[in-house]
Amino acid sequence: MHWIDYYRPRTLEACLEAFAEHGASARALAGGTDLLVQMRAGRLANNVVVDVKAVPELNEIRYEPGVGLTLGAAVPCYRIYGDPTVRREYPALIDSVSMIGGTQIQGRASVGGNLCNASPSADAVPPLIALGATCRVASVAGEREIPVEDFCTAPGTNALGEREVLVSLNLPAPSPGSGACYLRFIPRNEMDIAVAGAGVSVRLANGCFDSGRVALAAVAATPLLVPEAGAALSGQPVGSAAIAAAAAAAKAAARPISDMRGTAEYRSNLCEVLTRRALERAVERAGGTLG
Amino acid sequence: MSTSTLGPKSTSAAPAGKSGNGAPRRDSYEPNMVLATQTFDVVGTRPVRHDGADKVTGRALYGADLTLAGTLHGAILRSPHAHARIRSIDTSKAEQMDGVHAVVTADDLPEAEDKLVDVGEGDTRLSYVHGNVLAKGKVLYQGHAVAAVAARNQHVALEAANAIVVDYEPLPSYMTAPEAMAADAELLHSDLRMKEFGEQTDKPSNVAEHFHWTAGAVDEGFAGSDVVVERTFDTSTVHQGYIEPHNVTALWNHDGRLHIWCSTQGAFVVRDVTSKILEIPVSNIKVTPMEIGGGFGGKIPVYMEPVAALMSRKTGRPVKIVMSREDVFTGTGPTPGSHVRVKVGASADGKIQALEATLAYEAGAYPGSFVAPGGMCVFAAYDCANLSVDCYDVVVNKPSSAAYRAPGATQAAFAAEQVIDEVASKLGLDPVGFRMRNAAKEGTRRADGPKFRRIGCEQVLQAVRDHPHYSAPLTGSNRGRGVAVGFWFNVGLESSCTLNVNTDGTVHLVEGSTDIGGTRTSIAMQAAEVLGIAAEEILPEVVDTDSVGFTSVTGGSRTTFATGWAAHDAAQKIVAEMRVRAAKLWSVEVEQVEHAKGVYSSNGNSIAFRDLAAMSSKTGGPVSATATVKPRGVGGSFSANIVDVEVDPETGKVEILRFTAVQDVGKAVHPSYVEGQMQGGSVQGIGWALNEEYFMGADGTMKNSSLLDYRMPTTLDLPMIDTCIVEVANPGHPFGVRGVGEANIVPPPAAIANAIHRAVGARMQRLPMSPPAVWAEVAGS
Repeated sequence: MHWIDYYRPRTLEACLEAFAEHGASARALAGGTDLLVQMRAGRLANNVVVDVKAVPELNEIRYEPGVGLTLGAAVPCYRIYGDPTVRREYPALIDSVSMIGGTQIQGRASVGGNLCNASPSADAVPPLIALGATCRVASVAGEREIPVEDFCTAPGTNALGEREVLVSLNLPAPSPGSGACYLRFIPRNEMDIAVAGAGVSVRLANGCFDSGRVALAAVAATPLLVPEAGAALSGQPVGSAAIAAAAAAAKAAARPISDMRGTAEYRSNLCEVLTRRALERAVERAGGTLG
Repeated sequence: MSTSTLGPKSTSAAPAGKSGNGAPRRDSYEPNMVLATQTFDVVGTRPVRHDGADKVTGRALYGADLTLAGTLHGAILRSPHAHARIRSIDTSKAEQMDGVHAVVTADDLPEAEDKLVDVGEGDTRLSYVHGNVLAKGKVLYQGHAVAAVAARNQHVALEAANAIVVDYEPLPSYMTAPEAMAADAELLHSDLRMKEFGEQTDKPSNVAEHFHWTAGAVDEGFAGSDVVVERTFDTSTVHQGYIEPHNVTALWNHDGRLHIWCSTQGAFVVRDVTSKILEIPVSNIKVTPMEIGGGFGGKIPVYMEPVAALMSRKTGRPVKIVMSREDVFTGTGPTPGSHVRVKVGASADGKIQALEATLAYEAGAYPGSFVAPGGMCVFAAYDCANLSVDCYDVVVNKPSSAAYRAPGATQAAFAAEQVIDEVASKLGLDPVGFRMRNAAKEGTRRADGPKFRRIGCEQVLQAVRDHPHYSAPLTGSNRGRGVAVGFWFNVGLESSCTLNVNTDGTVHLVEGSTDIGGTRTSIAMQAAEVLGIAAEEILPEVVDTDSVGFTSVTGGSRTTFATGWAAHDAAQKIVAEMRVRAAKLWSVEVEQVEHAKGVYSSNGNSIAFRDLAAMSSKTGGPVSATATVKPRGVGGSFSANIVDVEVDPETGKVEILRFTAVQDVGKAVHPSYVEGQMQGGSVQGIGWALNEEYFMGADGTMKNSSLLDYRMPTTLDLPMIDTCIVEVANPGHPFGVRGVGEANIVPPPAAIANAIHRAVGARMQRLPMSPPAVWAEVAGS
């Protein structure tokens, strides 16, 4: 039989030591909604599980006006959408955490786990990229910061070293005139994996797009930031022409595959549709009008 | 639940809607209508189900709940290949693992002489059942069982199963009927010879059987038509999707008696098929059917029972095996994918002149795809003298197909009802009016020959036309309304029932039909009606095969119809005996005792059933009766849908806005359960229509064998499903009952396809009508 050692560190220091000791054979357990499924399916060869739900730094939600949001990597979805400040300041994050899995999954699954699992279709990741979030990564050797768009490196793999842990995500405070949104497409209305997704953020000033960021899910080996889409918005009047140009840029940047969830051609089409619809909603949230 | 009982209230069996004043009109809309034609005291009411408390409190015992002392846990090793020769199987490493108690392969099964065996809803060759239980020589699909292990616990069993080394020689695999029918396709079974027109030929083929039915002058019919439409349709393999996986516990006792506990639609089928496979007498096997978490036809075949039994015999201990979801998808029988061509010709006056269809269904690894019932149903709703139907039963490298709710009919209706709709549209006729003009009726001859007795096709279509949904405004872009009608049979087979009268006036009812849809109650109600007591005073129980007479499967929409009939007959025997007891009490001749509504009377004396039951000891001892039936008066059922959809043309996603199911049920014994069947069949039909499919990779393996990726609809994907029960009494049954469990799944995919066509102009010729498929069709049109 295959035996598993289980650790439950209560400090960040003890957590980092556990990873320093066990390295590649250890896996962090937050909600377990991906990890346990993969272990049961025999897809992981780890023999150590480090439960990070008792580490304070991985379980905090802290918002400082003007600075931003510190979101512990193990904070489950329900705590995020249950937080009135986060609901007010980061509606695009709420879009994603309230659509991941069902109610029971949301009681366990964390945004940090969603990111570390590095699935191309992860719903929490495109809005984080669109919002300009960064990752606080730590090991016994020290700390570093990684932009979310650089965190996933391939399906199922990420930028963490063997001894490193994702501690938290840092989201900048939203600036005036900004708005963001995440939309995904699934064939059913719940309990499904994104066929494609689009996370967008915009900042409006004087009837123009001051800046914009667009990130896509499930159309490349990793969640994909599309700088061309942002560039298509910058400086343009708020309206359907700029949005259409950004949506076309998103479609052009997508590198989807055909699989059981949809054909490549279909997914490319969805990138355009979802980017357009998400941008329209983000403009609305930013207080703008499409005219 | 809101219900209106409409139409003439009488005990006559006049068909609904024939009352001269047309179908009922109403001012306020009722989501669940019952167009009743006969009323009774108990039959037709809605008592609380007898097993309700156990089910809602979680106390009902399912197979997975059962763990006997000393139980070993089993695991099945399954083929990773869609088609391969087995060069060798090395079990030595698994056998040596700590905690492993037994390993079996096909070599452990007795070499049985090939013969036909009844597998629940018909006969098949024993060698096929054998080969499916444990593969011998070849694996024919990914998921085909190759070996099994019994071990200390499930983890050890799984690890040991994976330690079995199988040397495979992969072979070309065929996933669809047209591929397997190609002239150069390799044979799945070297000994398979095509059966054609009922005759065994000597042609080696992947076509196991070719049926052909023809009547009238088909070519002349098309020549005389003003509109002819011909189209070809394909449907994907789909699974029944019962939530409870297959499970078994087997204990082969030292006295040679084998006891099996399992989730099955037919305890006696498990007993009889296991007996044939293991070559032991049926009397040595007792099967206890546990509660069943869904079956829909898929829990008729025997998979793991003989395997668990063999491992119990080897170890002397109980062996339990529970399938994973992946095992269920890849190792048990789904319903066939299909390739269907339909041609319909009609004259300008709206009369169908000729009908033609060719159906090729994927039987899976072994013959028996239910293509013939598909061919019998494809045009069953229409009265046309000129028709021709060809059916091909084709083996392919997918799991051996099993029954799924009206097996074969949904695929056929998906094709036929779209072509019918298109013909109506080309003639400028209302789609329901066109169907009514051509509707099958008593005396109409079906494609395969038999003439219909009294049926409710016209009445169902009339109820559709008169339903408030059909005339409700539907506005907004990309929205459309579709209709379709479908037919399915009702089988009789065999049932037994025993009634034991208790001295407190209640009656224990003992039966052998595993209860999937509330049949304990619908059977008990028929006994209660005869006895003149309340449904709650009957205490029904489904028992093991040693404790009741032979009873065929819960399938073919037969349980309320046939086992209910056995209960009716047993209750009549009880009434006869109670009259004898009353006669004794009053010292009169039995002929002088009358019975009405549970009261026995004679010459001014009268006594209620309860009081007479209390005196049974003084009047001759216990009162008990058994009846067995093999009824012939089966009554098929027509079902129709009205469905409104909205299509998002940019994503291809189809939203069901409104859905109404109309069905002729003969007599709804328990209308709530009938509505449940209609809604359940509709939901499965919607899933089949929109998203469900076996997504096969190029290597012939299933890529979506999980409930995440095999997308059955959730509650959030469905509208409320309104029902309209139409009662056209079946003259063959004491209460007019027809089988109601299946016909309701037949029209939904076709009705939704017709609605999509009206919404966005796309004619969907392939199932599922998933978002990518609809988008591609809309974008291309």
